[in-house]
Amino acid sequence: MSTQDSLFDVAGPRARRRIRIATLVSLLVIAAVAALVVLRFAQAGQLAADRWAEFTQGPYLLFLLAGLGNTAVAAAASAVLALPLGLLLALGRLSKGGILRRVCTVWIECFRSVPLLLVVYIFVSGLPQYGINPDIFWKLVIPITLCSSAVMAEIFRAGITALPSGQAEAGLSIGLSGGQVTRAIVLPQAIRIVVPSMVAQLVVLVKDTTLGYAVSYPELMKTSNNLTAYTNHLIQTYLIIAAVYVVTNVLISHFARWLESRFSGRSARLGRSAVGAGIG
Amino acid sequence: MDQLFTTYLGDLLAGLWMTVRLTAVAFAGSLVLGTVVAAFRVSPVAPLRALGRFYVELFVNIPLISLLVVVTFGLPDVGVTFDLFTCAAISMVLLGAAFTCEAIRSGVNAVPVGQVEAGRAVGLDFFGVLRHVLFPQAFRSVVQPIVNVFIGILLSSSLAGVIGVKDLTLQVSEINNKAALGLTTYLLAAFAYIVIALLAGGLGSRLEQRLKVLR
Repeated sequence: MSTQDSLFDVAGPRARRRIRIATLVSLLVIAAVAALVVLRFAQAGQLAADRWAEFTQGPYLLFLLAGLGNTAVAAAASAVLALPLGLLLALGRLSKGGILRRVCTVWIECFRSVPLLLVVYIFVSGLPQYGINPDIFWKLVIPITLCSSAVMAEIFRAGITALPSGQAEAGLSIGLSGGQVTRAIVLPQAIRIVVPSMVAQLVVLVKDTTLGYAVSYPELMKTSNNLTAYTNHLIQTYLIIAAVYVVTNVLISHFARWLESRFSGRSARLGRSAVGAGIG
Repeated sequence: MDQLFTTYLGDLLAGLWMTVRLTAVAFAGSLVLGTVVAAFRVSPVAPLRALGRFYVELFVNIPLISLLVVVTFGLPDVGVTFDLFTCAAISMVLLGAAFTCEAIRSGVNAVPVGQVEAGRAVGLDFFGVLRHVLFPQAFRSVVQPIVNVFIGILLSSSLAGVIGVKDLTLQVSEINNKAALGLTTYLLAAFAYIVIALLAGGLGSRLEQRLKVLR
């Protein structure tokens, strides 16, 4: 039982009546608002079947699917690059070496506090001034990797510090070296703890790839933008694309929650608050 | 470099001011709406609870750019138009509120159940429990998550540039399209973001210290 549940008494007869009335009223209000929205769409002629029909046609769907594929590729590439980088940064930040620790700390704190779009712009129009001009795919993936590695480092660090210190001490006391303790005792347990949070972090990566819209990398958002230039059905396209993103991300976060319940126990304590909110 | 300070300093400062304004408006709005949604999520009225859950699931998972585009370029199709700043602020508040709601809920749930039960056992009513037991403790554990939401909103304000709101990031990008100034402007902007984020973080830690009780 959680704290928020134990706040309320079991409702008595009068409270139950009040709750029933409130239920009815709130249902009516919700229905009225929904009806208003639908009415508004209908009045503007946006519900006309031909404006939505194109999303059942093969060529349009293939076009958008290609965009979704590019989204997946960019997100996956960023994840593959950011995970090891994040782990190294976390280990660096937790290490005893003075300079290494400071460098990693500054790196993490800086990339956590800089907007991804600014880093993307650095790669798009800043670095080319110095002759560094990678493919547009990398101009999106490298900034995402840099920024999310900082967040992942913090997740790894939270996972490592969540381990009882007796684990590492036991390893040291049977004569393992520091590196051996990290490899054989700390990391296997810490990684188990952070797996759900890492999967949840994929949601942020998928969201981050929408910046392809700003740099013209043809992921789902940019693709839908290109599609509207052709069909002119703006609100339909953008609503459907938004729904695709929401469904994708809901699936990912449900998977993360399922993992969390399987690894139950320590992982739950990390929660979402251990790291910055992934708004964006 | 000289060119930066003679010609473009005004643009940079205007961008910074826009970023600060947008962040402040969106953060304030998120706090208000997020509290309402959090109240919905714990209310005994089932449809409101469902609405709250739906709201959070929806807006935690939607990318901000996608929402910005719907609000800015989609809504005019159904005859609803706002100016760009309002579009950006609305989108950011909608998203920020979902994250604020989760932060508040995690803060409330961080208070051990026994605390609330003890409060009720000594005869406090619902509001008594809230005032004397729950809120003082929840505030403390909610500070850091709320600071995280603030920083998230600050960083996400850069996306408003995508729909043409001239915030710091867009100004920097436009300055560099007009005059190649190398990395200087980018680093200046990055520095500004980092300073604001650090200030918020520091303020949060001090507030947390102030509210801390020794057990």
